[in-house]
Parts: sequence; C-alpha cells; structure tokens
Amino acid sequence: MIKHNVYISPDKVLVDGKALTHNEKGSALLTELYRNNVSDYPKFFKMDTLSKLGFVASELLLNAEGNRDFEPREDRAVIFFNKHASLQADTHYQSTIQDPEHFFPSPAAFVYTLPNIVTGEIAIRNKYFGETSFIVVEDYDEKIIERNLKNSFQDPMTKSIIGGWLDCLDEEHFEAKIFLLYKD
Amino acid sequence: MGGRSMIVCVAHNITSPLGMTTAENYAAVKAGMSALKHYDGLWGLPEPFVASLIDRKAFTDDRYTIVEQIVIHSISKALENTGIDSASARVLFILSTTKGNVFLLDKRETGFPQERVKLGVMAKQVSNHFKNPNESIVVSNACISGVCAQIEAMRYLESGEYDYVIVCGVDVQSAFIVSGFQSFKALSPDECKPFDANRCGLNLGDAAATIIFTKKDKVTENEWVACRGAIRNDANHISGPSRTGEGSYRALKVALGDLKADDVAFINAHGTATPYNDEMESIAIERAGLAGVPVNSLKGYFGHTMGAAGVLETLLSMQAVNDHNILGTRGFETLGVTHKLDVSNQNRPTNKRAFIKLLSGFGGCNAALLFAKGGLHD
Repeated sequence: MIKHNVYISPDKVLVDGKALTHNEKGSALLTELYRNNVSDYPKFFKMDTLSKLGFVASELLLNAEGNRDFEPREDRAVIFFNKHASLQADTHYQSTIQDPEHFFPSPAAFVYTLPNIVTGEIAIRNKYFGETSFIVVEDYDEKIIERNLKNSFQDPMTKSIIGGWLDCLDEEHFEAKIFLLYKD
Repeated sequence: MGGRSMIVCVAHNITSPLGMTTAENYAAVKAGMSALKHYDGLWGLPEPFVASLIDRKAFTDDRYTIVEQIVIHSISKALENTGIDSASARVLFILSTTKGNVFLLDKRETGFPQERVKLGVMAKQVSNHFKNPNESIVVSNACISGVCAQIEAMRYLESGEYDYVIVCGVDVQSAFIVSGFQSFKALSPDECKPFDANRCGLNLGDAAATIIFTKKDKVTENEWVACRGAIRNDANHISGPSRTGEGSYRALKVALGDLKADDVAFINAHGTATPYNDEMESIAIERAGLAGVPVNSLKGYFGHTMGAAGVLETLLSMQAVNDHNILGTRGFETLGVTHKLDVSNQNRPTNKRAFIKLLSGFGGCNAALLFAKGGLHD
C-alpha cells in the first residue's frame, strides 16, 4: 500500500499530488528544496545530482509521513530504479582522467560513480539498517518496479520501502517518482 | 526436508583469466594458482598496478564489447546441455555489474555507440543474443551486486513468475576503474594479503560468472540450494565500512537464521585485503557468533572482480564443499584483525554441507547468503 508519494522534475514538484511552489529550475531547484525543507544537513552540498535528487525527494516524502524521530531501524528498505545509473558522475569522473597532461582522478568524484550511493546517503541520514538496493533497467517500466518491490517484502524484516524511479542524466534532466510503500 | 519449495542451482560457469569453465577455475584455485600480475604503463595509467586481467584478444566478436562478449560466453557455457530455452518468456535474465561498458566514455574509444554505456542497453544486447523476450534487470549495488542479484533471483522464483532465472555477474577493468581505486589509495602495490597483518590494499580483476536457478519441491543430496540471504546497510559512511560491522553483522544474522554455527563449513568473506574491510568483517563475524567458523577470501586468486565477485565466489565455494575442501586464503600469513578468525593459506578438509557468502561495498551496503548442499534439514 502506497502511503505518500513525491514527484520532482527540473521544473515541477508534487507531494502527494499537490504542487509545491518554487522559483528555481534544474539542480538549483534541488538546492532550493533543500534550503526550504531541510537546511540542517550540509553534507547535501557534497553530493552529486543523483544523490541530491534522492535526498531531497526522500526528505519531502518523510516530512509528509511526519513523526520523524531518526531512531535506528531495520524494517525500512530503500530501493531505487533508473536508466542512467550514475552516468553524470561517470562522465564527470572521466573528465578528470581523459587528458594525460591533466590527469587528476578525484576520490570525491569517484565515489559517486555508483548509483547505489544515494541509497546509502538516505540510510545514513535516517539511520536505516535495512535493505538498500539499486536496479537499472532499459526504460521506465511501472510493472517492473511494482513487481520487484512486492518481491522485496519477502525479506522477513522489511515492513516498508522508500522506493521508485530516481533518474538523472545531468543538472537539467532528472526525474524522481518515489513513494513510501507499506507491506500489505 | 520440509514441505517448502527450494531455490536450486541447476547450471553455472566462471569465465576468468584462470579458466573458461567453473571446473577449470576450481582446479586452478585448488592448485594455488593466481592470475594476479604486475602491469606498468597499461592503458596509459601513470602508476603501475597489480590485477587479474582476461586476454582481450581471445574475444574476437566485434559486434559486442569485451564486457558483453564475456557475459555471452559465460551464459552460453552455463546453458550448454541444460535443455533450458533461453527464448522462453518463463526465463528471466538478471545481470550484476558495477561499471559495465564504462570504458566507452573514454573519447579514444570509437568502436561502439555511446548508448551502450547505459547498463540497460548493454543488458538488451545480451538478452537479444539469447532471444529472450523479457526486460532484463541489472543490479548495480556496488561490490555486493553479485549476491544481491542472486537474492533477486530467489525472490522472482519464489513468487512463481519465472521457471528459470539466469544471473550473470560481470566487470572488466579499465583506466576508469583502476585510476579511481588508485585515487582512493585502496590498491595494493603487490599481490593482496587478505586478513593479514601486512595487508595494504586490494587488487582488481576481470571476470564473468553465471548461475542459473530454478524452484523445486524436492532436491537430491547433491543439489545446491540458495537458502536465505539479506542485504543490510551500515547507515554510517558512503565509502568507509562501519566500525561495528553493523550491516554485515545484521545480514549474517538473517542468513544464519536458526542454523547452528557448527553446521557451517566456512564463511567465504569479502576479504578484499584493505585494512578497513577485513577488520570490519572480523567484527561482524564475531558479533554474529561465527568466530569459530573457518573464514576464507578468494581475492588472492582473482583480485576483486566487483560485479562478478558474488557469483564467482559462490560457485567456487560450492565446488569446494563438493570436494570436501575449504579453499586456502592465498596471500595470508599472519592474522591481522582484532577478532580471532580461523583463516589459513592452506586448503583444509571439511565434511560440512553449508557455507555463507559475505560481501560489503560502497554506499554502506552489505549482503550475506546461506547455501546448503541438499537443502537445510529440519
């Protein structure tokens, strides 16, 4: 059963279907959402765009759920799907090693070349010891997401999942379509 | 064996520098062989490194990238003589990879469309090759992907949606991956030394490994059953393991369940030979009450094969149990972790029938999966 949902695109934000007003677009929109709805988690500024997107989307989702106590828990999973994996971070990291004359590989850039880092960012923020996972598909497919998340409740401890679509091509092209799903 | 159906391994393959079949790989590892070699100047990288690399020249089908070719080879070998129709809608493909065709981002690579760097597009090449009509899924969960993909397969079979799930884990090294790990100062300048007092980092490796699962109501004593597994997060740091081994400990606890530690032949650990990983695993294993169980790591033979590791190391562990053997941890000499683990660099005999595969990765993720030959007996 879906309890809450959040949609974020470069020019639109919906929480449980209700539009949120905003001034910015693209990745600046994510920073605006952070400042207006979170503001006390400066690690946000170190994240790549995919992680920023997942982080603010999950914050809006959990604020909608309410009663945030940040107590450690193992019964909530974080499972996302997309088509571009960590392509923006990959392209950025590649630019640091492309030219042999300017070869400066950066560990801070390299760590984001894994799509599942965003699931770890959300687990750290909320002290979730439960399952975290990231699955890549060729294109958005609601049925694949739905079936996969339903299967994820086979884990004996998982009672709820922050899950859904979380895709980022670059600072102007991204989409979060995530929800809070409870075991039936 | 109870009334519950079981998820059974029906076919497999390992494609690595040590061999093109599971049997070849097991024989090489049992004999103590390693594919780790020193490379200096390869791919234009300024620093030398040690890695286990597949001979690219052995793969000549220019329709497919090297990554796609070793996946197709591994799956083809696994399917041989099984009678499984890969074109059936009752068969699902699950790939496990961290970086897939990432080398295509290098501007000097011009042989393939950029589109192929997308993991879903890469997976489509593979499923099309086998004429499979389903959308494949690609598990990209850092270094634990190979165990996660097997857990996904178990769930899809449990739900009854498919008759067979073909899981293939793969990663192929490139300047991208090696320079990244070098920037992290995570690579050992020599062959790695898992759990050793003088360990100083990991080696990377190329491999593809395939495992095909189905669901059965009854299993014979010789069939391998994937019993239960879990994925858990440390909720601690995106690139450093937890000081309390939180995620690994919790995953181990679920995997072990009510099985007695004494019934576990060994834990095949991640054992990357970085100072932090191996220490963290010793804490998690101790906390889970498994410190008396022999522990091994296979990284000294293949390096860290990333998306392939979970499948490759599972298959070698199955072969070892079939052979009543606990594979030695190549590179290990003196225990160098806080908790007293039972690690040896020699092959050792066992008559037990179950083992646990343990992995951890960036993003704070950890996975453990229990396998038992002939299933668990109540």
